[in-house]
Amino acid sequence: MTQLALVIDLNVCVGCHACVTSCKEWNTSGVAGPLFDDNPYDANPTGTFFNRVQTFEIGTFPKTETVHFPKSCLHCEDPPCVPVCPTGASYKRREDGIVLVDYDKCIGCKYCSWACPYGAREIDEQQRVMKKCTLCVDRLYDASLPESERKPSCVLACPTQARIYGDIHDADSAASMAIRERGGYQLMPEWGTQPANHYLPRRKTELHIHADELVRSDNPLKKEDIRKGPSREVNLDDWMF
Amino acid sequence: MHPALSVIFLTTLIGAGQGLFLALFTGESYAAINIIPEQRHQFFAVGGLIVLMLLIAGLVASFFHLGHPERAWRAVTQWRTSWLSREVIILPLVMLLVALWSIAHYLEWNPTLLGMELGSEITLTLGAVTSAAVFLLYIATAMIYASIRFLREWASPLTVINFTLLGAASGFLLATAYATNYAQNLVNFYGGWAMILTLAAWFSRSAALIRNARLKPKSTIQSAIGIRHSQIAQKSMGMMGGSYNTREYFHGASRMVLRLIKWLALVLTFPLPLLLIWFGMSSDNAQLILIALFVQYLGLLFERWLFFAQANHPQNIYYQTVG
Ligand code: SF4
Ligand code: SF4
Repeated sequence: MTQLALVIDLNVCVGCHACVTSCKEWNTSGVAGPLFDDNPYDANPTGTFFNRVQTFEIGTFPKTETVHFPKSCLHCEDPPCVPVCPTGASYKRREDGIVLVDYDKCIGCKYCSWACPYGAREIDEQQRVMKKCTLCVDRLYDASLPESERKPSCVLACPTQARIYGDIHDADSAASMAIRERGGYQLMPEWGTQPANHYLPRRKTELHIHADELVRSDNPLKKEDIRKGPSREVNLDDWMF
Repeated sequence: MHPALSVIFLTTLIGAGQGLFLALFTGESYAAINIIPEQRHQFFAVGGLIVLMLLIAGLVASFFHLGHPERAWRAVTQWRTSWLSREVIILPLVMLLVALWSIAHYLEWNPTLLGMELGSEITLTLGAVTSAAVFLLYIATAMIYASIRFLREWASPLTVINFTLLGAASGFLLATAYATNYAQNLVNFYGGWAMILTLAAWFSRSAALIRNARLKPKSTIQSAIGIRHSQIAQKSMGMMGGSYNTREYFHGASRMVLRLIKWLALVLTFPLPLLLIWFGMSSDNAQLILIALFVQYLGLLFERWLFFAQANHPQNIYYQTVG
């Protein structure tokens, strides 16, 4: 079974919101109709987004770290939002594990959004149906796009490659490898929802340089080999010219 | 959670309607075994009509909660997994059964089968089936909330017990008020039950309030973003003008207002109606019973508001600071 997902690297996310805007742009222009904004040009602009980037400060000043935290539907493997839907509008695709809402069936009762512990669903106040991240399902299988672009819009937009897309049930996918080798974890594991999306933790980036590394013979730049002045020793050139 | 008026009215109105039916049927079945005086058929027929009107009013209120009420019929499809779907099926079923029961009374239907007069057997059987459906409806309505496991204020059997007892108490009180006009000899019977049920509901609702006050949240900011550190503060929630996440899941009332509503709910739903019913019954004052009915319904509106407002959704952890 396939379970498509995102792995988000909190170690490199710089909180630029490029994923937020590219998500909004792609998903407001698709066949499902616009993702509405309410009062976009007024005092309190608000609207429906699939993806948000939040910022947290860890520690006490001055010893603090800033963590930017992109947040969208995690396409849970055991999604509590699906069984509660009275109409069957919310469903999880068997073939790739994406959790979707059928906007033509949804009655806008909001029950699914109550049943998502992550607050990943947002109602569209104008279409009056529930909306959430689709993992850009309308890109993933679009044969008219070049293969390299058959990825979620946010993944393509991220300037730091903080978003890794792939099948987490395929042990060899980039996503699975990142989870396995870089300590990928799930959000709120206490509810047993088994989020498919994972997050990679912050890491300390330290550079250890030993003295022998600077002077070793295979130093690629030969930096330490530069001679101070011209040599007076007779060399092969003196004989040739 | 943000308490939605539509759902507050839906749950309180159908709760009272269901309770009234249980009261009527209790009256009918007690009379059948001669514990209390028998009533005219019209008493039950008109009572059934009131039940029906309450259920319809609740249904109408619920439509205001939907984005697309014209598609509401689709909500009957997922009864295997969704309590909401189950409620959507049982509510019209209860309406149908109550309508049949009332019509049978209205027509004083008395068919003969194999030379035997069926008479009250028909309405009694129909009433028993309807009562079972009424209980199922209480369970379905309450389970909509109690089945969301991470809304821990709701995820408790107390939710089901409270919805049932509160609905039954208001329904029996309504029956008492109805009896003051049309069946004076039942006032004490219904009034007594209304008091017992109100007392029981007072007890179980208080138990739920105590439970809520002692709940420790399971999700923390640490588990929400997966960072192991004791000092984490949100600096931005990703937008400044608010979103569905900030509107739907927060009640937006101050602590003061919340406490005020809690006390209003407790006083108006329990002790005050109890006193009013008691005085109303002992002084034969129909006015007091009617006042008790309205006081308790008002209390129930506050009680339901509190029920929603107290539920603390784990998603709120992500929406603490605008920026
Ligand atoms: S994150 Fe929320 S909306 Fe997405 S699958 Fe999980 S429970 Fe459902
Ligand atoms: S809002 Fe739509 S998708 Fe969500 S539970 Fe209701 S009908 Fe299903």
